[in-house]
Amino acid sequence: MNIPADLKYTPSHEWVRVEADGTLTVGITHHAQDLLGDMVFIETPATGRTLTKGEECAVVESVKAASDVYAPVAGEVIAANADVEASPESVNKDAYSAWMFKLKPANAADVAGLLDAAAYQKLVESEAH
Amino acid sequence: MTNQAALKQTPLNATHRELGAKMVDFGGWDMPVHYGSQIEEHHAVRSGCGLFDVSHMLPLDIRGANVRAFLRRLVANNVDKLQVSGKALYSCMLNEAGGVIDDLIIYFMDENWFRLVVNAGTAEKDLAWMEKKNADWDMGLTLTPRRDLAMIAIQGQNAAQALNEALPGVDSITANLKPFNAAAMGEMFIARTGYTGEDGFEVMVLAKSAPFFWRALMEAGGKPIGLGARDTLRLEAGMNLYGQDMDDTTSPLESGLAWTVDLKTDRDFVGRKALESSEITQQLAGLLLLDKGVLRSHQKVITKHGEGEITSGTFSPTLQQSIALARIPLGIAPGEIVEVEIRDKKLKAKVVKYPFVRNGKVLIA
Repeated sequence: MNIPADLKYTPSHEWVRVEADGTLTVGITHHAQDLLGDMVFIETPATGRTLTKGEECAVVESVKAASDVYAPVAGEVIAANADVEASPESVNKDAYSAWMFKLKPANAADVAGLLDAAAYQKLVESEAH
Repeated sequence: MTNQAALKQTPLNATHRELGAKMVDFGGWDMPVHYGSQIEEHHAVRSGCGLFDVSHMLPLDIRGANVRAFLRRLVANNVDKLQVSGKALYSCMLNEAGGVIDDLIIYFMDENWFRLVVNAGTAEKDLAWMEKKNADWDMGLTLTPRRDLAMIAIQGQNAAQALNEALPGVDSITANLKPFNAAAMGEMFIARTGYTGEDGFEVMVLAKSAPFFWRALMEAGGKPIGLGARDTLRLEAGMNLYGQDMDDTTSPLESGLAWTVDLKTDRDFVGRKALESSEITQQLAGLLLLDKGVLRSHQKVITKHGEGEITSGTFSPTLQQSIALARIPLGIAPGEIVEVEIRDKKLKAKVVKYPFVRNGKVLIA
């Protein structure tokens, strides 16, 4: 299973990279794209939008189904990736480089509440049974 | 996840797993949804040849002296159109209220033998309905479900070539087989039919022969295709899906199926009275999404004559745009723009005449 050790995760299958400046880069995991199949449409949140933790803020649609992407922590959207909107299939090719948006957390300490790779792996395995 | 022990399996189940298919619970059947990429599989059928396991569908043999008389009353299309052995007819089987119990294909083999192919999810219901009519009408027919058969669809412009290569000698049959005709040879049954809008065949073989036959077709260039691409292919081809585009509660006349209902002759068939006394207020129309997004079933459609609903929607890999079938008010014509509610937005879609794609070519403007 492809779960990089240097990232954080959410139970709703987002990955989160904590950047050196404390901002967060967010995408969906390899496991999530595998469940959804071929991506055909992605809508990212508007820059400047303020999100609460768990708020629906992006949409990914495969041929098969539509799925929401949730804010991993509260914060403000400081960037959205226009490239994934233009090429949704990039999420299937490499889920961890196809980021959706960048977030400035309202509270830096909230990041501690995210799952580490081992915990996320356990979660994925438990959902498979 | 799903309880696999309870799922029904086709004779090709192990083959799909060996090929690395992603398996899903499809109406109680353990079926391949794709073998890697649904979109690549879709394109393979439009440009070459794809193989589908459709063994979950049920072939049903009806035998006896009165088969034709039985089917005249049972289904909405007219089996008297079938006069040459092997000829096929697509029809709805209606309830008394004019709702669609199932859509099926009827093959006329001889006056004592017709073969039907019915949907997987409706097979039990269909069989019970037919057995009841057989008894009520005192027809004395024998209905035999053929679960001993597997069915493989071979679809695409290279389908004939692949089939001929996989079964040396079969070209003596396929060369003369016209669309919507079938030929039987022992337990092998070869029909020039399909659900993709491409040339192709649906071949029934004894279940035990299916894995070998499938591998031979792959050797001959056929690519395994899952149910995911089957759905995008049939929707591009503008073909109805039972349970989505019509069901027991909808009229075929409001489901784009008027062409399959024979009201010209005075034949008395189940559902006819209801159809003739009902007012038609809706139509099935094609939609092409002009904005970005994906149309899905049950989304609301807003037209100048009132609201409608998408019955089937998807992203079309051939058009690279989202398409749908929608039940909308009568009076909305092709070319008009309607709105579709997707999440919190109203997106623009154009009403189009379907099919969207046939024989590898885009048909809509």
